[in-house]
Amino acid sequence: MAHRYISDLTRADVTPKEMWRTRRQIMAGAGAAALGLAAGPALAKLGAVKTGYGQDLEPNSWADITSYNNFYEFGTGKEDPARNSADMVTDFWTVKVDGLVDAPGDYTLAQLLDGMTIEERIYRFRCVEAWSMVVPWAGFELADLLNKVGVKPEAKYVSFETAVIPGVMEGVSYPVLDWPYREGLRLDEAMHPLTIMATGLYDEPLPNQNGAPLRLVVPWKYGFKSIKSIVRISLVEEMPETSWNLSNAREYGFFSNVNPLVDHPRWSQATERRIGGGLFARRQETLMFNGYEAEVASLYDGMDLAENY
Amino acid sequence: MTTAQRINLQLKRVPAWPIYVAGALVPCWYLYLGLTGGLGVDPVKAMEHALGERALQLLIVVLAVTPLRDVTGVSLVRFRRALGLVTFWLVSCHLAVWLVLDVQILSQIWADILKRPYITIGMLAFVLMIPVAITSNNLSIRKLGPKRWKRLHQLTYACAGLGAIHFVMLVKGFQIEPLVYLGIVLALLAMRLPRPVKRAVA
Repeated sequence: MAHRYISDLTRADVTPKEMWRTRRQIMAGAGAAALGLAAGPALAKLGAVKTGYGQDLEPNSWADITSYNNFYEFGTGKEDPARNSADMVTDFWTVKVDGLVDAPGDYTLAQLLDGMTIEERIYRFRCVEAWSMVVPWAGFELADLLNKVGVKPEAKYVSFETAVIPGVMEGVSYPVLDWPYREGLRLDEAMHPLTIMATGLYDEPLPNQNGAPLRLVVPWKYGFKSIKSIVRISLVEEMPETSWNLSNAREYGFFSNVNPLVDHPRWSQATERRIGGGLFARRQETLMFNGYEAEVASLYDGMDLAENY
Repeated sequence: MTTAQRINLQLKRVPAWPIYVAGALVPCWYLYLGLTGGLGVDPVKAMEHALGERALQLLIVVLAVTPLRDVTGVSLVRFRRALGLVTFWLVSCHLAVWLVLDVQILSQIWADILKRPYITIGMLAFVLMIPVAITSNNLSIRKLGPKRWKRLHQLTYACAGLGAIHFVMLVKGFQIEPLVYLGIVLALLAMRLPRPVKRAVA
């Protein structure tokens, strides 16, 4: 029988989404504090150690870096990630480390960060779409993490996976890419001291739209290689599949090193638009390996960079 | 009098000139937004994309005029010239933003037009719009004669198709929005195909 239950509640009695979301976050925070997991109050400064990296570069503003993102899990528009990623809860994040490692397992973020030195690294960031920024990351060297879990001698590549959270990540309902987002590095690239796992920027914890709570940053490669919101790191023997390569192998190679001499089939990579310059800014010349040629060119000795794009 | 006829009668009193004024102001509005931070941190791309998308939307409205009349009897033909010319104006501004604010470098512009298929297609659509825009006046109809004039203006079909393909080709990954535009354009063009003549049942 229909209408057996008559509620005297109206739309007005429904708890607004903003309110319950906040409440849930508070409870999550309280739980974490009770378990002694909380690293500190929310939005505490990370206290990243200053380094010499990029001291000559002028970083983009916090607003530039956090309002203009490619994070297709939250939508394909540049403003979509900032608008749609607030519901992603990163408090109890775990990262599965598996494959050819001595100590595989599900690591909490705190476990992964234990013993790591968080440094400030001011890096150029060059998107494959021919725009660029300068970002003051906070993070630690991926090599430290890999050494901590122990890389077996047979391992030749590292592969990474981004979280897929249906209902929270609106974009994963659409087949824009073959989810989960996957990326990979050759082991020597992964062990390079420039390669970091970022946990923050401007000494603040990473905003969700920038890949909280843990993302890769490989400054000499196009931005899409710097995979966000990582939930899995695997050490493997074969070159791993990567999302953009699966989507369009002709346009996105495994290496994807920034190279002004090798064009994307649909646009030139010789120059770039620096974000934040306004309507009338001049384009800039794109630098070989995004300006990190001296540090990384030797990784590719004897390789044809046009062939291995 | 049918509803459609009543609507058409009312529409006769609506002048077309506000379409020109509003259309002329659209790029100015984006320029203002771009200069005051209203287009986000990458105003060049935002302006380029907004102008291109507005032009494609308007071109769809232009293409919808005839099917709308065929299906409902409501005629917007009186406004079609204004809508078409505003479309051309927006496409010209879209191109100008790309040339002057985005690519900037003359040698690279040429290389892009020749080497990059989505730009080649976009340029082709623009070039095909030029004769249509130039002859969007009563004098041209008289000079060319209605038959030839009409045939020339059927270039609009090609422009709409190329414009939609240009959009499909420039996005990364599998994205639905440009495919929706292409689908609408193809549907509006399909409605123009000659329908098989119904034979009388003996």
